[in-house]
Amino acid sequence: MTTPSDSAHWEHFSHGADVGIRGFGGSLEEAFEQAALALTAVVADVSTIAQAESVEVRCHAPDSELLLVSWLNAIIYEMAVRGMLFGGFRVVTAGDSLTGTLSGEKVDPERHELAVEAKGATVTELRVAQDQGGQWLAQCVIDV
Amino acid sequence: MDPQSLSRRSEYEWWIEPAGQMRVPGIIYAGEQLIQGMDEKVREQLAHVAGLPGIQRAAYAMPDAHWGYGFPIGGVAAFDPDEGGVISAGGVGFDISCGVRALRTTFRAGDLERRKAELAEALFESIPAGVGSTGAIALSESEMDGMLRGGAQWAVASGYGDAEDLERIEEGGCASGARPDCVSREAKKRQSREMGTLGSGNHYLEVQRVAEIFDPASAAAFGLQSDEIVISIHCGSRGLGHQVGTDYLKTMVIHGYRPIPDRELACAPIRSELGQQYLGAMRAATNCALANRQIITHLVRNACGEVFPDMKPTLLYDVSHNTCKIERHLVHGASRELFVHRKGATRSFGPNHPDLPRSLQSAGQPVLIGGTMGTESYILAGTGQSEQLAFSSACHGAGRAMSRTQATKRWQGRKLIEELRERGVLIRTRSYRGVAEEAPGAYKDVNVVVQTAEQAGLARRVARLVPLICVKG
Repeated sequence: MTTPSDSAHWEHFSHGADVGIRGFGGSLEEAFEQAALALTAVVADVSTIAQAESVEVRCHAPDSELLLVSWLNAIIYEMAVRGMLFGGFRVVTAGDSLTGTLSGEKVDPERHELAVEAKGATVTELRVAQDQGGQWLAQCVIDV
Repeated sequence: MDPQSLSRRSEYEWWIEPAGQMRVPGIIYAGEQLIQGMDEKVREQLAHVAGLPGIQRAAYAMPDAHWGYGFPIGGVAAFDPDEGGVISAGGVGFDISCGVRALRTTFRAGDLERRKAELAEALFESIPAGVGSTGAIALSESEMDGMLRGGAQWAVASGYGDAEDLERIEEGGCASGARPDCVSREAKKRQSREMGTLGSGNHYLEVQRVAEIFDPASAAAFGLQSDEIVISIHCGSRGLGHQVGTDYLKTMVIHGYRPIPDRELACAPIRSELGQQYLGAMRAATNCALANRQIITHLVRNACGEVFPDMKPTLLYDVSHNTCKIERHLVHGASRELFVHRKGATRSFGPNHPDLPRSLQSAGQPVLIGGTMGTESYILAGTGQSEQLAFSSACHGAGRAMSRTQATKRWQGRKLIEELRERGVLIRTRSYRGVAEEAPGAYKDVNVVVQTAEQAGLARRVARLVPLICVKG
């Protein structure tokens, strides 16, 4: 994992019955990594997840916003089929495709302070943009 | 939402008059107070839905409507394929065929009291719930396809439940026209360990007591008596349905109907290859939900039998509140076959509707409304009037009043469980944070929602249920 930039952070925002997630970073890739942490934080306490195993995912989409949705849905899929939680993310993009490395471990209800499953990342409040200061934002609503 | 921004047609009917791209009005059924508490997004989303091609009569919002994905949650919209009508993945939702099933018993609350904790444990141990939980049923590829084609009918034929259950499920327990070949390999893989699981979030399994009867004749038709025990299950199509929603939302965004005002309204003409593929996949996911609730019913019966051998829960009814179904409805006096989206809304056929089994003809369709683990739930009955009001539809629940983040700041799961125990409600969960997020105080008052549904004529109250045991995901 590379050292995060000063602007790297994530947050949640309110959406009716569900949860909005926002990742910020010095690059689009870093904002995507932070958004992935925000997604994990919907499901469990990120700080309790050991990065014991790694999984690689690849996704494609016609624009950066749909690429964010595809990336988050790839993580949701891997969480579901592997019964894992991921607390570390690394993203590399090339044009309209993304390669991501997820690091985590099997779900342990005793240790992970579980909250709710993520059903899917939606296109609601979907935004990937860079502000005038150069900071990237990657956000959408997660259906839980 | 500002009531002044709407045109009030009666005490409980508010119109968004057609303007701009809207082809029909938007109609919200609610009292002034519920309107004031509704997100402005409901108005915006309803107006967008009213602009989709082929929409009939109006885009409707139920009293529990809130901000959703393209369509508001609590939204109803019907489309005619002859007029270019569309089907929308967001108009059905990610948890395809999520719904509520109620089982009735002849046990009274007093019969339960001595062994209530034992029953809670038996249910908690038998029905997998929560993040990462897996079921004991592993399906081969051909069994998975059989389940996706057959729904609850497949489950009964596989030994989960009784043939008599089927007439108490919408469409006899099987959505016809399901196409397992339109469901991705990923969706099937996601389901491989999830059959017979409850899920998490607002999904639950509750043992409830009939606390109040409003309509004795309908209650008798439903087999409900005061103080009797009812068991309710709220869950959906699990990972398979979520993945079908995910897959087709993306495909509809990229290849679906255009122009649309916002891509979360992504949709496809019903008479298009993509529209037909989604319909086939959505019906397969519907069958997954129906099979799942049928398997859970089987597990519930076994768990109850361990503690109370004489308790034989029978199926009262099973409703799905995230659906798109083909139904006949009147449009300008003519009967037409329409594709009715209900996103967070319950079908509410009135008495004598031809699609209801004979045993429910006199009372109308049971409309099952989930409340919260600390307050109450309701059983309503459909009205004849709801056909004209909203294509025979009613509300589906209380609706959240507060975000999950706010709820965890305000309540602690462990403390809530203790408070509820003191009030006679036993909670069983593996997630304290999940309980805090689902705190009863984080929801709107379900009493107001169902009273409004009744006053608007969408459904009528039959019974109020209070929780005794709640298994939360």
